[in-house]
Amino acid sequence: MSAKTVLLCGVGGQGTILAADLLARAALAAGFEVKVSEIHGMAQRGGAVTTVVRYGDKVNTMVADVGESDIVVSFETTEALRNIAFLKQGGYLLVADETIKPLPVACGFASMPADAHRKLEDAGAVLIPAHDLAVEAGNAKCENVAILGALESQLGFGLELWSKVIEGRVPPKTIESNVKAFELGFAFANERA
Amino acid sequence: MCMQLMSGNEAIARGAWEAGATIGVAYPGTPSTETMESFATYEGVYAEWCTNEKVAVEVGVGASAAGARVLSTMKHVGVNVAADPLFTAAYTGVNGGYVILAADDPGMYSSQNEQDSHFYARAAHVPILDPADASEALAFTKKAYELSERFDVPFMIRSTVRVSHTKTPVETGEKVDYELKSYEKNPAKWVMMPAFAKPRRKVQLERIAQLEEWVEQCEFNEVVKRGSEIGVVCCGAVYQHVIEALPEASVLKLGVTWPLPKEKVTSFANSVDALYVIEEGSDYLTSEVCALGVEVADFPCDLPRDGELSPGLIKRAFGFEAPEHIESPGDVPGRPPALCAGCPHRLVFKELSRIKAIVTGDIGCYTLGTLPPLSAMDTCVDMGASVSMSHGFELALAGREHQPVVAVIGDSTFGHSGLSSLITTVYNKGAGTVCILDNRTTAMTGRQGNPFNGVTLQNRESRELDLVGVLEALGIENVSVVDPHDMKAVRGALKVATKDQADELSVLVFKAPCVLLHRQRKPHYFVNGDCRSCGVCATLGCPAISKDAETGIACIDAAMCIGCGQCAQYCAFSAIEQVPASSEKGGVR
Repeated sequence: MSAKTVLLCGVGGQGTILAADLLARAALAAGFEVKVSEIHGMAQRGGAVTTVVRYGDKVNTMVADVGESDIVVSFETTEALRNIAFLKQGGYLLVADETIKPLPVACGFASMPADAHRKLEDAGAVLIPAHDLAVEAGNAKCENVAILGALESQLGFGLELWSKVIEGRVPPKTIESNVKAFELGFAFANERA
Repeated sequence: MCMQLMSGNEAIARGAWEAGATIGVAYPGTPSTETMESFATYEGVYAEWCTNEKVAVEVGVGASAAGARVLSTMKHVGVNVAADPLFTAAYTGVNGGYVILAADDPGMYSSQNEQDSHFYARAAHVPILDPADASEALAFTKKAYELSERFDVPFMIRSTVRVSHTKTPVETGEKVDYELKSYEKNPAKWVMMPAFAKPRRKVQLERIAQLEEWVEQCEFNEVVKRGSEIGVVCCGAVYQHVIEALPEASVLKLGVTWPLPKEKVTSFANSVDALYVIEEGSDYLTSEVCALGVEVADFPCDLPRDGELSPGLIKRAFGFEAPEHIESPGDVPGRPPALCAGCPHRLVFKELSRIKAIVTGDIGCYTLGTLPPLSAMDTCVDMGASVSMSHGFELALAGREHQPVVAVIGDSTFGHSGLSSLITTVYNKGAGTVCILDNRTTAMTGRQGNPFNGVTLQNRESRELDLVGVLEALGIENVSVVDPHDMKAVRGALKVATKDQADELSVLVFKAPCVLLHRQRKPHYFVNGDCRSCGVCATLGCPAISKDAETGIACIDAAMCIGCGQCAQYCAFSAIEQVPASSEKGGVR
């Protein structure tokens, strides 16, 4: 299989890096070569973050290019618009239906983008109520795993494989809620498909 | 042997450990930091944070002379600091193998410039290896120890963000049995006074000739033969982009980038119709290839000379259009990083902004004090420069009416090189105000230990340096320790230092731990019905505070607020209140 590019974006602190790590381990477990490229540093202080996961039989570059990402997963609506140019035509755009005001907006120096939801829907985005699904699963912090569940609808790695990956990477007490959140996310995406 | 998902940094640490390195010395700096943190976790190794990169390399040269295999790691700008010992270590050579990681940051994700460490290798005559992924990072590092001893010279490993911070499956190996070498006194090798340095210079030149011979055969330089129309010379992460961007091109992937394999490059150039050099951030490789007498072709279209490359940018340089895509809307607001909610040093910047001080800043989280709404920094150049630049400002502004000049520096940065700057100011009877923002950690790079918090890399028992004692021992008379969460105390201390003692040197130590250290939360604050939309609280730039776009009424995000209470001190209408302790669960998040 030629390499697939998944770009994950969001706001520092939202759990994109853990989500990317889980996705990479799932791809590995599915027998693919994988590369995960993260940006550390300044991004950790509430700034915009992006992580790229590429997997396939052979993976070279670790970065995403404009119009070349098979999947863009955004943990936040404004970041989805910021990164929308990376999406391939016909690619899958998965967006957590959550909006976090950037500091310049909160301070009154800038405004939020106009018609964000409409623009995302026009672009074919699947908007997922990740927070609600995580709460339903019993742990609001599992939002990122609920998003991965929805993403699985495009990947086909299998729920069993994912459960093992999740079990190996999250704190033991949260395994159950994480697996539940994953399943809810998966069910949500399948209903939407 | 097994496969592990590893970052380039983790792989370098693993390679050093597998090679039998037992000593690691470094100063943290993105994107290099996790390398030493990872090395420190291996059994049988000693690893420490030094005050700065120069010290680290000197400790490293000492440990190598005494017979150990040593790892030093630093970011590209750290190599500037370490350049002094590096250049002469290329004369003394090594005893135990010595490998130095220089982690470059093309694109400047977390740095003040995007210099290319290759130039140091060439200038210092230190061989440099360029792994293109984590697997190579491990293999090259491991082999570099053997090569370092064989050629009697330190070896540099150059990585970039995309090698250091990209995880990929890596096959790990066994640790070699390395017996520490014995130390034998040998002034002609280790005492670089002119009488001994002159013959060592000749040794260095002979070594270069040997390296040039070796590099022709070195398996780290690899030809990927594809079409014969286009040939590309590249190295590091850029190789990965080239392979994808130009499927028809043949590629000479250089694993050793100084010295270059002259024969190999020349014969590769002869095997293709046109030879291109693709590199990011500088023209090092292009000029080295040209210097071999090889003709380098111009790109059909422009290739950016600044920032990171990607397969797409390379394709554009060869005339391929970007694929169809949806443009990002033009009205998406920026999302710059900000000082954390509850950052103890936010008020220092707020107050410096209020008095319109000329603020010479430094490297660390607090550089974020530059951005609006705080907008409280005039300069930021390099580690320690806040203190020395404020001295320079004072010198040039002397005798003229001027705004107060205030240096702002963190505790770790002060230990790195601010202290020596301050000694210069004291010695020359300089004036001005130096604010040491002591948050008890090296925060920006991920909360590492430093001399002023007394935490060591491997949690060995240490001592916490007495910052005030050090300042007093320098003979500075105006030294105060101030609680930075207390607005009146901050304002008062700055007033005394910048007005009453304007002609003297004052040092204010604003001491309170980084919010990320203990993650303690107090009951959060909220905005009651008395808010008059004055907007003052929003000028603190706290991520937890926002004001309504239409009414201007302030709002505090209860989930983000950690209960520091800084904002409440600025509200003239008592509209910011703390919820009673009983009504929410406090404690550790």
